[in-house]
Amino acid sequence: MGRAALVARAGGHAAQMTDVALSDAADPGPVAPSGQQVAFVSREAYVETVTSFRDGGYEMCSDLCCVDYLGCPERPLPAGVAPERFEVVVNLLSLERRERMRLRVQVPEADPVLPSLFGVYPGTENMEREVFDLFGVRFRDHPDMTRILMPEEWEGHPLRKDYSVGRVPVQFKAAPGPR
Amino acid sequence: MKRVTPPEAGPTSSLMVHETPEGAQELQDREKTSPAALAVERGSVLRLPEGPVLDPGDIDVEFGDDETMIINMGPQHPSTHGVLRIMMELEGETVIRSKPVIGYLHTGMEKTAEELTFVQGATNVTRMDYLAPLHNELAYSLAVESLLGVETPPRATWIRMLMSELNRISSHVMWMATNGMDLASTSMMIYGFREREMVISFFEKTTGLRMNHDYIRPGGVAADLPDGWEDDVMAIVETIPGRLDEYDEMLTGQPIFKERTEGVGILSPELAIAMSATGPLLRASGVEWDLRRSMPYLAYDEVDFDVIVGTVGDTFDRYAVRLNEIRESCRIVRQCVERMPSGDFRVQDKKVTPPPRARINESMEALIHHFKIFTRGFEVPSGEVYVAIESPRGELGCYLVADGTNKPWRLHVRAPSFVNLQCLPPLLRGGLLADAIAVISSIDPVMGEVDR
Repeated sequence: MGRAALVARAGGHAAQMTDVALSDAADPGPVAPSGQQVAFVSREAYVETVTSFRDGGYEMCSDLCCVDYLGCPERPLPAGVAPERFEVVVNLLSLERRERMRLRVQVPEADPVLPSLFGVYPGTENMEREVFDLFGVRFRDHPDMTRILMPEEWEGHPLRKDYSVGRVPVQFKAAPGPR
Repeated sequence: MKRVTPPEAGPTSSLMVHETPEGAQELQDREKTSPAALAVERGSVLRLPEGPVLDPGDIDVEFGDDETMIINMGPQHPSTHGVLRIMMELEGETVIRSKPVIGYLHTGMEKTAEELTFVQGATNVTRMDYLAPLHNELAYSLAVESLLGVETPPRATWIRMLMSELNRISSHVMWMATNGMDLASTSMMIYGFREREMVISFFEKTTGLRMNHDYIRPGGVAADLPDGWEDDVMAIVETIPGRLDEYDEMLTGQPIFKERTEGVGILSPELAIAMSATGPLLRASGVEWDLRRSMPYLAYDEVDFDVIVGTVGDTFDRYAVRLNEIRESCRIVRQCVERMPSGDFRVQDKKVTPPPRARINESMEALIHHFKIFTRGFEVPSGEVYVAIESPRGELGCYLVADGTNKPWRLHVRAPSFVNLQCLPPLLRGGLLADAIAVISSIDPVMGEVDR
């Protein structure tokens, strides 16, 4: 399925997505190994693109998560998408057409901020809080940008790759473990 | 409280310091709460995108702070299904605002997953949703297999389907039990545990464990079904429907139960979709969405079953949807017993599945393969995939990123309870405190999955 097919499936709204790099979903390359539809979105066009997808029939945002690519060997990205440390992954779902669409947004390490999707999909509230809590990526205009899983006075963001696993001292007779 | 600081101060150290000036997780007084957060806590999320930003003065002008009080429910409370804490602002007995505060069971399982090989990973994910462990293993295994390009043999697929439907029965029956206890029907609790015990006994016979089975693994299942499994399974699916009729008599038509559940905590289909609710919560609101039917995985497109849909979306509908889903699961289990194909129960790919025990004694290569799989594991080609299945609580997704090594680069689990829990403020708003118990129970949160 090429770009033309994808544009047709998005209900014509994809015409507005000028700076969206669309991968070739039929290509059995490493970008989409299982034939899933993947689109790469720039940070600037993030909310507009997601809004156009919602208007194009993707009623539900089923998942929003983040990946820390610090120190990861070169990952396959389409031309025109510069790799950054963080990548926010949004999984959209169309109940009517029974389709999924995955959007991947590059978020730089120096300025880990994205606009919130709360206005488009209110269901992303918990998910964005989780991403902030565990990765430190902030979401602008989120109604309640606080930690959700970790205690509120916790330091650091545990799912970052440069966050050590840590060790809680436990009184055992043997020497402490390898970590 | 133990604080962990990063080991070395790299160029990112400025990002790693205390970084939550946004405030506390708890429900605050109105003056300290932003208008947007206030709207969320009042459950009026759907109005936000259209209208202008709400003025705090417009909200609940009839109540002052001195007329209301903020109370805690949980984290230690028998009706909160684990360590769920809900803060509510009450005016008399009416809930004005509410906010679930979670994280008490957070054990960093997604971080742990990055330290475990793909072989060990199933033992980690199975501990997330402890009432439906086989569904967790299934989502994880499907994601790994999708990246590996491994196709499981038909018998493995049907065993997986059989086991996950039995697990759905045990999970829903367990929900019937706890829901009954929440609504002061203690006999229901005993009955629910009795029925669950039948399924759990079969799991113990098959997998060796009552929970945390590690039975569904990448490449197939860990062991074939035990001898005489048909009789055990048929005994379950012949007993359970009769017991469900007893539940019907005891709860469905009972005036006290109906009084406590009908019209309580109504979730409209628009709101359910906007809040990303899935599972029985979404179906009770009248949206016909079941991944087994809509996006079939395993062999669900070959079996005959109905998707149960509610009409009103209240607590009673959520009860009725789950009750009838048990009946549908029994139907699927019967078809699995009838149509179970013969053959291998795991893929015969020596790089993915260990050789049979008998082969290890006589073959050097088998011993090497066995050793390599359990020490180093197998390597998964780099890529990323999102796989979703229908767990008893909704869409259980697994987003897996592999970098070509034997450990996942990132394993994210989209937990249905975690997302469904967001629906609480709109469901509780305007209801009585006593109804809150019924509503929380009807969402069926499993805190092991919410906090991961």
